Amino acid sequence: MIDQYSLGRILSTVAIAMILRIAPWPDFMVALNPDWVLLTLIYWTLALPERVGIFHAWTFGLLTDVLTGRLFGQHALAYSLISYACIKFHKRLRPFPLLQQQLFIFLFLLVSQLLLFWIKSLHTPGQLPAIFWLPVLTGTVCWPLVYKTLRFVRLLHNSK
Amino acid sequence: MALIASIALLITEHKSPRLDPLRSGLSVLIDPLKYLVDMPVMVFKNTQTAISSQTSLKAENKVLREEQYINKSKLLKFDALEKENIRLRALLENSFKLGEQVLIAELLSIKMAPYEHIVVVNKGTRFGVHAQQPVLDTNGIVGQVFRALPFSSEIMLITDLNHAIPVQINRNGLLTIAVGSGQLNRLNLPFLPNNADIRPGDLLITSGLGGTFPPGYPVGVVDDFTPESTKPFPAITATPKAMLDRNRELMIVWTKSTPIPLGVAPTTSEADTKNTVLKPLDTAIPTTTSKPATQKSNHD
Repeated sequence: MIDQYSLGRILSTVAIAMILRIAPWPDFMVALNPDWVLLTLIYWTLALPERVGIFHAWTFGLLTDVLTGRLFGQHALAYSLISYACIKFHKRLRPFPLLQQQLFIFLFLLVSQLLLFWIKSLHTPGQLPAIFWLPVLTGTVCWPLVYKTLRFVRLLHNSK
Repeated sequence: MALIASIALLITEHKSPRLDPLRSGLSVLIDPLKYLVDMPVMVFKNTQTAISSQTSLKAENKVLREEQYINKSKLLKFDALEKENIRLRALLENSFKLGEQVLIAELLSIKMAPYEHIVVVNKGTRFGVHAQQPVLDTNGIVGQVFRALPFSSEIMLITDLNHAIPVQINRNGLLTIAVGSGQLNRLNLPFLPNNADIRPGDLLITSGLGGTFPPGYPVGVVDDFTPESTKPFPAITATPKAMLDRNRELMIVWTKSTPIPLGVAPTTSEADTKNTVLKPLDTAIPTTTSKPATQKSNHD
């Protein structure tokens, strides 16, 4: 069942994801830091597609743009595209075992990173190192963790 | 629809600063998160101060006092030199820019994005900070304000790949541009020919061209290099003077844009007291005639 509390939970998990995004990691980890906000968003769009829609994704994307000081709209664009795909495929993705889900998560993160890369290369010349793509991998690796944690958060709410 | 909206946003912001109010508004929502992330570090620092012993504090106090004496005695001479310089410039019929104020801002421990040397400080437009203000530490130029938000501002360091700063060599006044290398301890000087008069150990100071940075502040020291006769431009690098990765306190500078009229003795920089935090700072070491040149903006 869904009630008004779930939005608070969604918002707080997204806030935590944003904190993780800008946390002062040691230098070698900054380049590996996965897109926590997107992972959280993917989870919620898969779990509660009737609750979290493209508009939420777009808003969170805008907030992430402000948070990380990007050009306005690039995260919004990527997040709304990914959330559309998630909502479209949520029935197919949900019963998958985690390993198979990770494959799709990998694809989603790759598409998102690709979009960010294109937008970045459109407005600033200059190359990025190959390590730019590593957050896609680390994000895929982190997916089971995100999944389990957020599932716990969601069920915690249901049992009450 | 979200796609169209995002693309529209992207294009609008790329072209004009019209979306800044929106960003400021959203940043009010987001900034608490930044402070939250910074909190553990701040709490750690505060406890460290609280539990440090009296003897160590006394020792520190002594060192600081001695330093202050030395600095003060240096400043005594500086005042006279400055007046003399203004008189000389009046003889040459040059105007002289003077008077800068600083605001001390504290760094927030946040990593915004990899591959970019952008740091966040805890002072924003509420303190009168605006984009393109120069930022210093006690050793030299740190960078410039890239984006000012209500409660925080983003500062682009001089070592950022997209940053360039007009400099001159203190020894002979050779003008060039120092470009960020993407590494915190290195600046590139890509626009000098092989026969340029530049030596390892030369001090680079801001030239004041471009209008963003006031003239005369130290930027970096030229590293060792070997002239390459096969290439048209030698690979000259410099080490920034500012402690880019170690400082928590930075100074945001306001430069007075009105030149002082000729022949008039300068009144000691009277503060534009919009804000009580502003402190006057007498640091205008004249190096070049400050002439307005094309604005060199370094946008992401």
